[in-house]
Amino acid sequence: MAVYSLYVINKSGGLIYNRDFAEAARVDTNDSLRLASIWHSLHAIASQLSPVPGCTGIELLEADTFNLHCFQTLTGTKFLLVVDPHASFIPALLLRIYELYSDFVMKNPFYETEQVIKCELFDEAVEALVRRYLQQAQA
Amino acid sequence: MLRGGPPGARNAPSLEQINAEVFTLTYGSIVRQLISDFEDIEEVNKQLEQMGYNMGIRLVDEFLAKAKITRCSSFKDTAEVVAKQALPMFLNVSANVANWSPDQTECSLILTDNPLADFVELPEEHRDLKYCNVLAGVVRGALEMVNMEVECRWVGDMLKGDDCYELRVKLKEHRDEKFPYKDDD
Repeated sequence: MAVYSLYVINKSGGLIYNRDFAEAARVDTNDSLRLASIWHSLHAIASQLSPVPGCTGIELLEADTFNLHCFQTLTGTKFLLVVDPHASFIPALLLRIYELYSDFVMKNPFYETEQVIKCELFDEAVEALVRRYLQQAQA
Repeated sequence: MLRGGPPGARNAPSLEQINAEVFTLTYGSIVRQLISDFEDIEEVNKQLEQMGYNMGIRLVDEFLAKAKITRCSSFKDTAEVVAKQALPMFLNVSANVANWSPDQTECSLILTDNPLADFVELPEEHRDLKYCNVLAGVVRGALEMVNMEVECRWVGDMLKGDDCYELRVKLKEHRDEKFPYKDDD
């Protein structure tokens, strides 16, 4: 059980936040930027291709060694979590991260919207949340 | 969120609260400061609206994250959500949605209680001041972030002797929900 990394993508497809929680998850900066923009495009294409009306894009990508969960807010920001395939309750965790984002990022008067997130309080809060999540998952 | 006053709508999530008077007084001093800085009431109205807009585009995420609501299906839904969920969550008052235009693109949010203006008496020389214009901006900014371009203006103001505060909200454009790609035409 592990949470590998968190990505936040702004509504135009730029990576604005990237945090790795496990050493194994470290990806090159260029690769993470690429992941963000490719995911953004695939997400948009998927929602157009979907035969089911009202599709809002890809929510989960399952691979052998990881799952990638995506949560897109109604304002167009995307939160991506790369986790162990056995991790549970990830959608709820993503919602909690969105709440932290709305508190520590959007309410920070010196944060420029749509720009890279450099907010230590947000870092700490996310770190603490993930730690708590892992503890609960182990218990 | 504000403490005191009647409890808002039932489904307003509990947020950290501040004393309503601190809030009212802070807002009052901002308005005073703007008036002395700009000396032109029209300009003050514009500044208040712009400040509200800047707040709205940030605040909307908090609302969406904490109110746990789903996508609205129509502008009518949206107006109800603003009046019955968003306003209670941030201001501890709820509004009524009324006076729909026949094509359903324009409505009024009616407030009978407004914590922004609790102790305010508008002096004669400032009678053009839209004291609560910040709210108009907040609504515009917040809705813009969910792809609805609206125009907000005050048509009723208790400070000017009306029976209620009436914020007229007009939907100008509802951009496609599917972000942000338009097929090449």
